[in-house]
Amino acid sequence: MLRSKLSYTVKRRRARKSRRLLPVLPTLTLLAMLGPVIAGLYGTVLPAFGHLPAAGLTGPSLSPFYGLFDWAGLPRAVMLSVGVGVGATALALTIVALLTAGWSGTPAFRFLERLLSPLLSVPHAAAAFGLAFLITPSGWLSRALSPAVTGWDRPPDLLIVHDAWGLTMMAGLVIKEVPFLLLITLAALGQADTGRSAAVAQALGYGRLTGWLKTVFPRVYAQIRLPVYVVLAYSMSVVDVAIILGPNTPPSLSVYIVRLMSDPDLAMRLQGAAAALLQLALVIGALVAWRIGETIVAALGYRWIMAGARGKIDPIVGGMALTAGGVCAFLVLAGIVVLGVWSFAGYWSFPNFLPDQLFLRNWMRFGPGTMDALGETALIAAVVTLAALVLTIGCLEAEYRYGLSLTSRGMWLLYLPLLVPQTAFLPGLQTLMLNIGADVGRLPVMLAHLVFVLPYVFLSLADPFRAWDVRMGTIANALGARPDRVLWQVRLPMLLRPVLTAAAVGLSVSVGQYLATLLIGGGRVATLTTEAVALSSGGDRRAIGVYGLMQTGAALIPFTLALIVPAIVWRNRKGLRHG
Amino acid sequence: MDKGLTLRDVTIIKNGAPLLSLSRHIDPGEVLSIMGPSGVGKSTLLAFITGTLAPDFSATGTVMLDGMDITHAPAHQRRVGILFQDDLLFPHLSVGANLAFGLRAGGTKRDRRSRIDEALAEVGLDGFADRDPATLSGGQKARVALMRMLLSEPCGLLLDEPFSRLDTALRAQVRALVFARAKARALPVLMVTHDAEDADAAGGDIVTLSPLH
Repeated sequence: MLRSKLSYTVKRRRARKSRRLLPVLPTLTLLAMLGPVIAGLYGTVLPAFGHLPAAGLTGPSLSPFYGLFDWAGLPRAVMLSVGVGVGATALALTIVALLTAGWSGTPAFRFLERLLSPLLSVPHAAAAFGLAFLITPSGWLSRALSPAVTGWDRPPDLLIVHDAWGLTMMAGLVIKEVPFLLLITLAALGQADTGRSAAVAQALGYGRLTGWLKTVFPRVYAQIRLPVYVVLAYSMSVVDVAIILGPNTPPSLSVYIVRLMSDPDLAMRLQGAAAALLQLALVIGALVAWRIGETIVAALGYRWIMAGARGKIDPIVGGMALTAGGVCAFLVLAGIVVLGVWSFAGYWSFPNFLPDQLFLRNWMRFGPGTMDALGETALIAAVVTLAALVLTIGCLEAEYRYGLSLTSRGMWLLYLPLLVPQTAFLPGLQTLMLNIGADVGRLPVMLAHLVFVLPYVFLSLADPFRAWDVRMGTIANALGARPDRVLWQVRLPMLLRPVLTAAAVGLSVSVGQYLATLLIGGGRVATLTTEAVALSSGGDRRAIGVYGLMQTGAALIPFTLALIVPAIVWRNRKGLRHG
Repeated sequence: MDKGLTLRDVTIIKNGAPLLSLSRHIDPGEVLSIMGPSGVGKSTLLAFITGTLAPDFSATGTVMLDGMDITHAPAHQRRVGILFQDDLLFPHLSVGANLAFGLRAGGTKRDRRSRIDEALAEVGLDGFADRDPATLSGGQKARVALMRMLLSEPCGLLLDEPFSRLDTALRAQVRALVFARAKARALPVLMVTHDAEDADAAGGDIVTLSPLH
């Protein structure tokens, strides 16, 4: 008895030691996510008001803002940022809402869902290049219709990509945000009891689409509100898609900020910081306006519900939504295919649908360069994703063991790094590092990637982790297993599939990072994404094809593995096949 | 030393309001059945005894097992076995590995393997060690769950509506098996149930709880 009591105290002491690390992880996670954002904003505010000791400038002064407001392109740049951002978000949300309303539960919807979910991981830059290669005057669509339909035997002189209104850029964002919002909506549908509401509405004589919009959509929107805000903030401040598809003279505000920040004249950084603050203000303003818009739409929707209309034009609207969803999927998929074709293309005369020659020379020429970039990309993505997984699992396990659960305010903190525009805090972070003499390079880039990877990994893993039957833990504890053993030998193996999926999400987010790599890496860290975007100005379609395809592969292969590995590891475990 | 499971002035509190109060001693080999409407806190009482009380709840009082105060001991050191209405076999482990997870550490590989085989034989499941638990019938799963628990050599046994998922024919059979094994090992048993038949079959005292407020 005495012996067992003694061993009991010893074990307790050991347990206490391991207990010290776990409760710290939630704090560490918040620090990793919010620290760079706050530091970056701080590093933006000072130079924006003329204070940059590294360049021998001390403030405060308003001259950076005067300089910014003197730029003739500013009104247009601001309009582009707001117009493209709000337009792309509204369009993507409308397509997703109508598509889900009209078709959820049907075979057509399941087909589209299966088509769109892998597209989520395709990097924005690759999708943008693919779209450009499809719709330029000499693109695949024009070739497919020429000369039979159009009568063109030369590419027409039209400005489609880089159009002054940013319409192509908006399209590039919409085709990527539709899969994102659709999957978020599907996750929200699973949580609310939505199927029966829709059935009741239909029994009352409502059309499928109208009934869904009136009964289910309000609940679903409440759940997807934060992701919608993320899409809005992202679309307003995106850089890589804007460089590839957006107008050049003037460019959108975000691209202008990046130009200022890469100017050799340090004083231009002050103006860049001022522009970054303006970008932040624009995004905050747009979010507030969107929130007000929500209440207006809600009021209109209430009147619509009270009027009792059953939805006569449901079939037409539903058909349009399905077409729009199909077009989005087609543009991303065909875009990847055309990137692939260009990567093997030799001479390719217009209007031939396929290249006159196909060979491996492009791959031999650009392959070695892509391998270096692939190595850099993979190293950064792997380290960052591993760190994000450790922090996320630590947070969730601390929540389970000590009941430290995340409140709704905590959810906002999780979304904060995704809501603050990248162009508002990354330039400041770079300036701050310059000020304190920190070196740019791979490690700071990893920390910057972590800011974006962590929220997505957390959001991806949290639900399945929490849905795990805690009685499994009780049983394992009762069998004498320590909490750590329960985590490693029971919980994580059972959650292998969601853990690997979260890892794939993290890897694809890291692979797709452009601005964080460019600014924090000081141009010295070359990943597939920075290299691909850098090629866009040169317009070498063969090189872009090679890099774009590699980039897509780097993001897609982890998702494929996340599907295959659990299927192989648990091939003899029926209980985990659908877990 | 006082063998058996003792609950001394145990009160379960939810958000400041007491849910139930209980003071009982269960001798080795005896079964105490607890009945009462759902929501009265029966399962919460078991969670308190296993050391896995949810954050919404708190409790006062003392839990003694074989003379040791385990009220504040970590869940994995309490030596309290528990069976739920679901078998809760670990789906990623084979039947044998599930039993090995329960079997107390120590012994040679061969020794452990033979103890697992013996345990399977004891409940008529010879040769099932390499099977995927998901391919077993309900009754077979229940027997594996029982043996997994017993291999961890608990000093007391808790049953949380353990037979309510089994169909009538199987139910009596599994129930008899569980009580027989518990008696053979002289374990004090605390059973929470909805079913008067379970409580009658247990043959011990029956406590019917009613809401305190």
